[in-house]
Amino acid sequence: MKIAVCIKRVPDMETRFKIAANGTSVDESGLKYDMSDFDGYAVETALQLNEKQGPGETVVISLGPDVVQEQLRKALSMGADRAVQLKADRVPADGLAIARALAAELKEGGYDLILFGRQAVDSANATVGPMTAELLGLPCATAVSTLDIANGRATARRDLEGATEVVEFALPAVVSVDEGMPRARYPSLKGIMAAKKKPLEVKPAQLGDERISIEKMELPPERAAGRIVGEGPGAVPELVRLLHTEAKVL
Amino acid sequence: MQDFFDIDSALSEEERAVRASVRQFVDERILPIIGDCYVEGRFPKEIIPGLAELGVFGANLPEEYGCAGLNNVAYGLIMQELERGDSGIRSFASVQGALVMYPIFAFGSEEQKKHYLPKMAAGEIIGCFGLTEPDFGSNPSGMITMAKEQADGSWILNGAKMWITNGSQAKIAVVWAKTNGDKSDKSIRGFIVPTNTPGFTAKDQKGKLSLRASDTSELVFQDVHLPKDAILPKSGGIKSPLMCLTQARYGISWGVIGAAMACYEEALAYSTSRVMFDKVIGGFQLQQQRLAIMLTEIVKAQLVSLHLGRLKDAGKLTPQQVSLAKRNNCDIATDVAREARRLLGANGILAEYASMRHMANLESVYTYEGTHDIHTLILGQAVTGLSAFN
Repeated sequence: MKIAVCIKRVPDMETRFKIAANGTSVDESGLKYDMSDFDGYAVETALQLNEKQGPGETVVISLGPDVVQEQLRKALSMGADRAVQLKADRVPADGLAIARALAAELKEGGYDLILFGRQAVDSANATVGPMTAELLGLPCATAVSTLDIANGRATARRDLEGATEVVEFALPAVVSVDEGMPRARYPSLKGIMAAKKKPLEVKPAQLGDERISIEKMELPPERAAGRIVGEGPGAVPELVRLLHTEAKVL
Repeated sequence: MQDFFDIDSALSEEERAVRASVRQFVDERILPIIGDCYVEGRFPKEIIPGLAELGVFGANLPEEYGCAGLNNVAYGLIMQELERGDSGIRSFASVQGALVMYPIFAFGSEEQKKHYLPKMAAGEIIGCFGLTEPDFGSNPSGMITMAKEQADGSWILNGAKMWITNGSQAKIAVVWAKTNGDKSDKSIRGFIVPTNTPGFTAKDQKGKLSLRASDTSELVFQDVHLPKDAILPKSGGIKSPLMCLTQARYGISWGVIGAAMACYEEALAYSTSRVMFDKVIGGFQLQQQRLAIMLTEIVKAQLVSLHLGRLKDAGKLTPQQVSLAKRNNCDIATDVAREARRLLGANGILAEYASMRHMANLESVYTYEGTHDIHTLILGQAVTGLSAFN
């Protein structure tokens, strides 16, 4: 199968973020970057599908400045066959602008399957995958936790709150993957060496109009200190009262 | 840890990618189990297939023998990351790569290379290196293990080796022995000894208070009969095993930085969360001084090893330069580990924290592969031209 996987470069989410001086983005100094976790599942899914089903091609695509080549090469070192960077000065805040650029690249690619992570772990919009599907006029299954493919059709499971849904659709299709899919493999040292020789094509991103911009970014307020309402069984009525009237969780 | 001195800017993207992959493996597969392994005195065999799949064994040897073909800086970064986990894990990889695969690569016949190296890279054959003897540690030239050539060209090996990492789990041992009754160190040759050969025994050394997550064994050879092709044909004299030690010491100079980094990171995290006298202890000058010294020494060690790696890649490295790096980096790592343990207060003696484990491990690393004192004398000889050994 010919599979495209769209990946995003994101900062390490365990960082203690600072807001940049402009007030609309995070301070990038000292940040470490990696492929978004869910995108790692997507790359792994593509590699395993092609390993299982015989000869195929796995193409990884990322939109952004030249630094995204690092994540593209990581995917190549995991085993993807080639990479495409859709070059842009920055990643737009408007998912539709990104989706248009991806759709322009994917349209003529002849892909059987286009994979995304469920959402980018930094911006968490979960919009680019479905929007790209819409622009391409393809069926789209989001946040799938299993994916089986046979005879040009796919069956996927989606884990919902308290329920499981199984969906079926024809290929080509767009699928965004959730936890439950195989975790990304460690890039082997041989894979890292081999990745240097694999093609990485750079093209200008055909971004659409950007109609959403970030107005303000701020850190969540510091959590207020806890309060001790009393000790022993005698404190229970007061605790229950506060949970009811103040915290409103009862 | 934070790249305070922007040393990453001196690494290629590929070198950073290698480090990232091994770092993730160590974080996910080694750190969760290593404290228990240490307490139990158990080498975690279960990680061997994962390490092999990653490609860490003999990673700086050529691809044609199933290895990754990395440069020496990338190889050093692997050692650093493994020892950030535990010196025992790094020792395992050092022995496999630098002390068994390297001599087969450097002194072996094409048949030996083709037969052993791919299987060793794949972790299917584990090796050990027999040089040190019970009475000959810093002075390997004095070894008494002897191999006698028979009329048909085969060999009979007799002797004993001690302090052999991986000894009890190895399928093959690269054993260094004098030959044909010649007691000079010029007669020393290397032999590939399958450990299931009759007359070969390996026994774990018990009671270690250091490198507890690593096997250390005594080897005994009693009339071990070896075929003609067991000898490493291009080995000759004490220089051959010393060349292996240069490889391993190079890796150690990087590895101990990893142990120091782990201790520093642990100390820094602890100092910014542990509250005493109503404030975090990192706010006290004494702890800040500890952290500042640790950071400085780690940065210096990183720069020493990085430059050493570039020299090695350029083919300009001397064994004396490796001695300088091994000596310095082991020394600062033992100090960093001890200071980290002290900063952690009473918690620092628990296996739940890494610093005391590293501290105890590093005493071995300080001592093996040329003790600190021996490297001091190597440097002394290099600059004065005068040997203080005898």
